[in-house]
Amino acid sequence: MRKNIVLCGVGGQGTVLASKLIAAASIIEGYPVMSAETIGMAQRGGSVFSNLRIGEGVHSPMIADHTADLIIGFEPGEAVRMLHFLKPDGVVVTNKKTVVPTSASLTGFVYEADVMIDYLKSHCGKLVVVDGDAAAEKLGSPKILNTVLLGAAYRSGVLGLSKDSIKRAMSNHIKEKLLPLNLEAFSYEN
Amino acid sequence: MHKEFMMGNQAIAMGAIAAGVNLVAGYPGTPSSEVLETVAKNRPENTYVEWSVNEKSAMEVAAGAAYAGARTMVTMKQVGLNVASDPLMSLEYIGVKGGMVVLVADDPGPISSQTEQDTRTFAMYSKLPCFDPTSVQEAYDMVQEAFEYSEKYHTPVFLRPTTRVSHAYQGIDIKDANEYYHNEAEGFIKDSSKWVIFPRLANVNHAKIERRNDELKSVFSKLGFNAIDNESSNAKKAIAAGGISYAYVCDVLEDVPENDRPKVLKVGIPFPFPEELAIRFLEGIDEVICFEELDPVIERSLNYLAGKSNISVNIRGKITEDTARSGENNVNVIRQIIAGIFPELAKYLSDKENATDNNAPELPVRPPVLCAGCPHRASFYAVKTAMKGRKTIFCGDIGCYTLGNAKPLDMVDTCLCMGAGLGIAQGVGHIEPDTTCFAFVGDSTFFASAITGVVNAVYNQASMTLIVLDNSTTAMTGHQPHPGTGRTMMGQVVDKIDIEAVLHGVGVKTVETVNPLDHAKAVETVKRVADEEGVKAIIFKSPCIALVTPNPACHIDKDKCVGCKKCINEIGCPAISFADGKAVIDTSLCTGCGLCSQLCPTCAIGGEANA
Repeated sequence: MRKNIVLCGVGGQGTVLASKLIAAASIIEGYPVMSAETIGMAQRGGSVFSNLRIGEGVHSPMIADHTADLIIGFEPGEAVRMLHFLKPDGVVVTNKKTVVPTSASLTGFVYEADVMIDYLKSHCGKLVVVDGDAAAEKLGSPKILNTVLLGAAYRSGVLGLSKDSIKRAMSNHIKEKLLPLNLEAFSYEN
Repeated sequence: MHKEFMMGNQAIAMGAIAAGVNLVAGYPGTPSSEVLETVAKNRPENTYVEWSVNEKSAMEVAAGAAYAGARTMVTMKQVGLNVASDPLMSLEYIGVKGGMVVLVADDPGPISSQTEQDTRTFAMYSKLPCFDPTSVQEAYDMVQEAFEYSEKYHTPVFLRPTTRVSHAYQGIDIKDANEYYHNEAEGFIKDSSKWVIFPRLANVNHAKIERRNDELKSVFSKLGFNAIDNESSNAKKAIAAGGISYAYVCDVLEDVPENDRPKVLKVGIPFPFPEELAIRFLEGIDEVICFEELDPVIERSLNYLAGKSNISVNIRGKITEDTARSGENNVNVIRQIIAGIFPELAKYLSDKENATDNNAPELPVRPPVLCAGCPHRASFYAVKTAMKGRKTIFCGDIGCYTLGNAKPLDMVDTCLCMGAGLGIAQGVGHIEPDTTCFAFVGDSTFFASAITGVVNAVYNQASMTLIVLDNSTTAMTGHQPHPGTGRTMMGQVVDKIDIEAVLHGVGVKTVETVNPLDHAKAVETVKRVADEEGVKAIIFKSPCIALVTPNPACHIDKDKCVGCKKCINEIGCPAISFADGKAVIDTSLCTGCGLCSQLCPTCAIGGEANA
């Protein structure tokens, strides 16, 4: 197996934990993993990404253009921004809700989730749209977007990892008190 | 040995622990901060760790311990090396007894820095050997070798990862605790002919350093971190690379059948340059393309060597503008350049099929901003409100508050380096006496490099207002403690050093401490204090929102909101946006700081009652 996965969103949305869980599950299954993530100034509300590279024959943690099997977008505009990484038949799993930056509020820049979703739909092999807000409301916490998206990515079939490995990774990396909520989030479907 | 998945910076820390490091000192700075934090978290019983007040202090503390025979490491980002360069330049002439690794993380891009300086160039200038890892595993291995060479040759040694190595994760082979080396420090042995730098000693030691570095060129030619890949290739063209760029070259060559891959010179120790190995590499080829970030160190070294050794070879890279002179490299660019230079490989390296087209919808720009509820926003807004209509200059500093430059606050007129705002404000004031001059510093940066600037201002009769943005932490780099927090990296609770008392102590007569989230009082204080003569200070004290439990979120009373957008246009809080003619608060971001509610002209913003 060799997989390239891009996780992207806005600083503060929790892309790092989702990336760590996929890496941990891959290690449980015995695959070599390299990853890289945005640390620093961009974490203050800027565009952030994680690159995950799973499998043999990988030398750097950075993904080349047009080679990602999967993009997990925590924000639909950020998924569009990262689309140049995707293989032509690649899969995109994205949250529906936009995060409007202050710069757009100030200038009145209009920025519609539907336009982003439509563009993604016509430019990838398979698109899965997750209603993160509805999930947060149903599960009673806004902090579960990462495991909800991870669950959707798993069910898309492209991860190539077993549910058991992912759940083991979750129990190793998520505080015991928050684990039941996150397991529920992992199984959540729109 | 066992396998562990870890970050490059964590690997460096674990490598230092495996090498028996006795003392680690540093100052936080992206992309270096996790090294010291990881040592602190995993430190063996007798290892001492500290966040020093700045890089110069850290360097001196580590040097002192190395004089006493301890293995020491000092950690910083590349611009921190500028602060530490005074002791380091002399330290190279004095030398060390215990092994000393100077960990400097470079930031090509730059992603989180003010310069694209290259520590490899600094190594050539300061004459210290420099190790440059290409991967997380190599960073782990190199730090241990660096201690060995430092001790053997009595010189501090640079380990210089870049962001993509420091912040990469990889599953690596690391030693078990029973395989660790243990270093017993012998203690400081008095010998003023050795430890006291005088011109005569500097002259003698300079000659020794040059001879040693000549010897190391040969020694490092045989050390595996420098190597020639695919040496049996008959191709007349070849590649030279270092750092993460070497990993990118390997990624590109994965698509080329093994027998068709050109020779690759991997430069893991760029200084002293492995000349014997490089000559072997250059023999029989007529063209080399160099891939490296920041300065053309490998390219220049090969050019120099080819000239010195009368080897006729065309060396291409940054100097010849075949590769970019600034910014980061990436796999795509290196792939294209290799395909262009090696036409016979182009068939393996043709562009991958593209999922995107040029019709992507326009995306909003998303620059980093002060967090929702950040007290710095309130501080900047108070000064802005108080100084409306006056001729002012706002001299900024390095930290989260640099983000006060963004619109609509637009409150950073200058930013140069840590603590520089004080000097800049003084300089402008001497030339433009009618300008009201402000300098902003953070609490950590106050201790790091602002105190001397305040003394200078007081002594030289400057007229300026110092604003200390005290959020009780070093926020931008991940909330490290500092002298004002009362905690150390050894876990001790100690007396806090009081900024107000320091300012009084160096002769600032007016020092007022205010909560910036009380907007009216903050504005009144700025107006009053700014009009006083001489040097005066205001400390805006309110903790970083990442350290405290947030208040309940604010809500907008839709009936009262008239859609004037004052809350958006004045403070630019990321939790507030505008939809259907009304302001909207994202309650998952809002921390209930209440700044917006204090400026809403129709009192439409309030607490839970509005929900």
